[in-house]
Amino acid sequence: MSQALDEIKIGGLGASRRRVEDDRFIRGKGNYTDDITLPGMLHMEILRSPLAHARIKSIDTRKAWDIPGVHLVLTGEMMATRNLAWMPTLSYDTQAVLATDKVRFQGQEVACVIADDPYIAKDACEAIEVEYEPLPVIVNPAQAVADGAPVIRDDKENQPDNVIYSWAVGDRAGTDRAFEQADVVSRLQLHYPRSHPSPIECCGSIADFNRATSKLTVYMTTQAPHIIRAAVALVAELPEHMIRIVSPDIGGGFGNKVPVYPGYVCSILASILLERPVKWIEDKSGNLISTGFARDIYLDGEVALRKDGKILAVRMHADADHGAFFSDAQPSKFKIGLLHSTFACYDVPVAHLTARGTYSNKAPGGVAYRCSFRVTEAMFFQERMIAAAAADLGMDQAEFRRKNFVRDEQFPHRTPFGFLLDSGQYARCLDVGLKAIGYDDFRRQQEEARKRGKLLGLGISTMTEPLGAGNSREYDILGIKMFDSAELKVHLTGKAILRTGAKTQGQGHETTWAQIVAHELGLPAEDVIVEEGDTDTAPFGMGTYASRSTPVAGAAVSMVARKIRAKARRLAAHLLEVSEEDVEWELGRFYVRSSPDRGVTIQECAMAAYSNMPDGMEPGLENTAYYDPPNLTWPFAVYLVTVEVDPETGVWDVLNIVAVDDCGVRINPMIVEGQIMGGLTEAYAMANMQFITFDAEGNCVGSNYMDYLLPTAWETPGFELHSEVVTPSPHHPIGAKGVGECAAVGGPAAFVNAVMDAISGTGVRNIDMPLLPDRVWEAITQGRDVSGAPPVRADD
Amino acid sequence: MTIVYEDRGDEATSDVPVNRIRFTINGQKMVAEIEPRLLLSHLIRRGLGLTGTHMGCDTTNCGACTVLVDGRPVKSCTMLAVQADGHAIETVEGLSGPSELHPLQEGFKAEHGLQCGFCTPGMMMAAKALLTENPSPTEEDVRWALSGNLCRCTGYQNIVKSVLWAADKLRSQS
Repeated sequence: MSQALDEIKIGGLGASRRRVEDDRFIRGKGNYTDDITLPGMLHMEILRSPLAHARIKSIDTRKAWDIPGVHLVLTGEMMATRNLAWMPTLSYDTQAVLATDKVRFQGQEVACVIADDPYIAKDACEAIEVEYEPLPVIVNPAQAVADGAPVIRDDKENQPDNVIYSWAVGDRAGTDRAFEQADVVSRLQLHYPRSHPSPIECCGSIADFNRATSKLTVYMTTQAPHIIRAAVALVAELPEHMIRIVSPDIGGGFGNKVPVYPGYVCSILASILLERPVKWIEDKSGNLISTGFARDIYLDGEVALRKDGKILAVRMHADADHGAFFSDAQPSKFKIGLLHSTFACYDVPVAHLTARGTYSNKAPGGVAYRCSFRVTEAMFFQERMIAAAAADLGMDQAEFRRKNFVRDEQFPHRTPFGFLLDSGQYARCLDVGLKAIGYDDFRRQQEEARKRGKLLGLGISTMTEPLGAGNSREYDILGIKMFDSAELKVHLTGKAILRTGAKTQGQGHETTWAQIVAHELGLPAEDVIVEEGDTDTAPFGMGTYASRSTPVAGAAVSMVARKIRAKARRLAAHLLEVSEEDVEWELGRFYVRSSPDRGVTIQECAMAAYSNMPDGMEPGLENTAYYDPPNLTWPFAVYLVTVEVDPETGVWDVLNIVAVDDCGVRINPMIVEGQIMGGLTEAYAMANMQFITFDAEGNCVGSNYMDYLLPTAWETPGFELHSEVVTPSPHHPIGAKGVGECAAVGGPAAFVNAVMDAISGTGVRNIDMPLLPDRVWEAITQGRDVSGAPPVRADD
Repeated sequence: MTIVYEDRGDEATSDVPVNRIRFTINGQKMVAEIEPRLLLSHLIRRGLGLTGTHMGCDTTNCGACTVLVDGRPVKSCTMLAVQADGHAIETVEGLSGPSELHPLQEGFKAEHGLQCGFCTPGMMMAAKALLTENPSPTEEDVRWALSGNLCRCTGYQNIVKSVLWAADKLRSQS
């Protein structure tokens, strides 16, 4: 009898396999969009509005046309003749491609130039003369709904004001009743500031329209190539089979590369008009000032509490500032994403949530920045509210959480907003975290330090995140159901190619998908090549964002491999000359049940599929699976942070960070840990420094890396990660839950709670993120809450 | 860059100034005729076709475009190509030999020091300059040396480990 395969040795499930994609990246041989050069390629640059709200009186492009090397100058007027001045958004609104009537945010696309060289295109942009008539500017929801506010979207019929939607979910009457019975009501108001995913690589595209074949190929920075193909087919009215979207290597996405941006559309039209490839590569300020922002939400909520610490009900209102166009990338059924996943990990009997979206003179594009659609806001508010409620009750932060967690025996658990939690071991995760951070000991140190005038603080954040949008009953984008796909072709020598409808941007799909195949088929992972991102070859899928790759596309990989295994079993029976029922499977090999020595390997089955199949069997060993998840997956995490705050300056330093992630089965532990550390860093960034704000004139503060601060290796703290708790998802084929976003979602509250804990003696209830030293100092010295809502104050 | 203009018979067409520079790229001697305003990063990427040097921010903040100029790390998006005249430039493509990887490249793979890979070439070049100057850096030394390079994926912890891995290997080789 042959020895059974060692799954770890063949790079299967659970192997910390080194990444195959690294081989090209460490050599500088990645293939990012800007690395592609096509014969005859021209270059496009965009002219952007310097004003946040203004009527366009005239655009004079004559001087631009006169510059040698300029091939085309596009304006909104010219786009309008082709019905492309406006485009539909993913949230059923419209967005200007190039401005015609007005500019509605600073940085809005006004014109673009296509030239031989990007330097010439930039010169020509500067030669375009635009005359503006400034209009009053709106930079927050209060201004948007104030009496006499200017109507930003006067282009739309039936839009008399700046309100986009009002939305409600939950049980209002039941919640009101529960509040009447509360012993204590805790309230918290905060602003989650506007942020930007800001991958280091900006957005860009190379459109290549071939008149001879009528085929349009677009190489572009997109996390969702098939959605783009559908959008181009619908917007540009091109036949879908004549559109090929290729997403090459992506230099980070984090949600920023999901939407359709005007630059993509302009490069496509320019290529069609000029019949030459047109490359557009955004600069950083263009990326920060105009593309998919995230957050920018005002949350006001209350928790009804019983004296003993039991939560009776939650009530919450959200005001979301969407910018000039409602172009959030999110499932169409939910106006404010999955904000109603808030308090999901707590056993809350009844809850009610209302939300209102408004326009402002700020960039559009609310994206799920390392987040499953507004879940970051949901969990941040939840954990800040939990901390405030525990403090109001005088209860211990950990004990209050433990008392209200959904208990292990309650799964599957229905939340008051209708989600169904699949599984978890919340209290156990908390215990692991408390032990790791040395909770009781730290509380003692904190007490002693306080006597010496030193401010130490400990923050906890515990949360679950709904991942894997989604099941097709509830989740769609533009009507397209949010399933995903995988296609597996096993060649006759037992080597294979796998393609999925997802698109890696650093998550390491080329490594991990092969591990799932290895797990299901026993093919060594190194024998499986993974390809994604080309709509001509990849099966239709909805792409990678909202942590949906592992829960959806990863499940499809499992399912397609199982289809292959089912056919291989029939081939094995044929080769072994027994009936299929008599064939058993062990990793990589079928054998005869009554005679385990008699067996054939998966590779031998592959060869037979092409050379020795039974009569009547279709040749080949290839298949495709489309996976429609039965439910979301629900990873759970505990993040604990300790800090020291300097009362003289408001500067705070991180002492320790402990992360306990229960993300179900880990496909590649090394990659999972990399994802968690990346998420924690973004959490630290949001809590500490990273935000975009605006002055009263709508000038964007945070439009370059000198204003938009990102942590470097110097500031970023170290992390202690824990993987002791594993609760497999009961409905995912390999029990995985997804992990890429949890730390960015749950992390920020841990940092903020730590600082608030350190200054708990001041009576301050909230400081808006980021907790800049001046804000913390103001809170300590003035003893009052500090708002970070725009417009920035004159003294900032 | 070589640019062919439509001849409109006007002065602008003949007015494009051109400079000739001589420099070394990854050990190879080169001559280039360039516009004086051309950025070094564009000479490397478009003129030489060495696309391993990435451009992230154009404001000297992100460090993705870091190359070595006479052994010192420089952000090539903020240096004019004409300033490279007479100097030796080294990019990520020059790190490894024909068959062997540089220990930094090995270290980044071994310690999972990269995810999307966009910042990686700049990180490795900055790290190379550090290890040349200081073969036995502490974690703090590494963090400081890389503080001009942004990464959005990894959280830096594994990047630091990668550089220390390479330092170990380089020391054991010498």
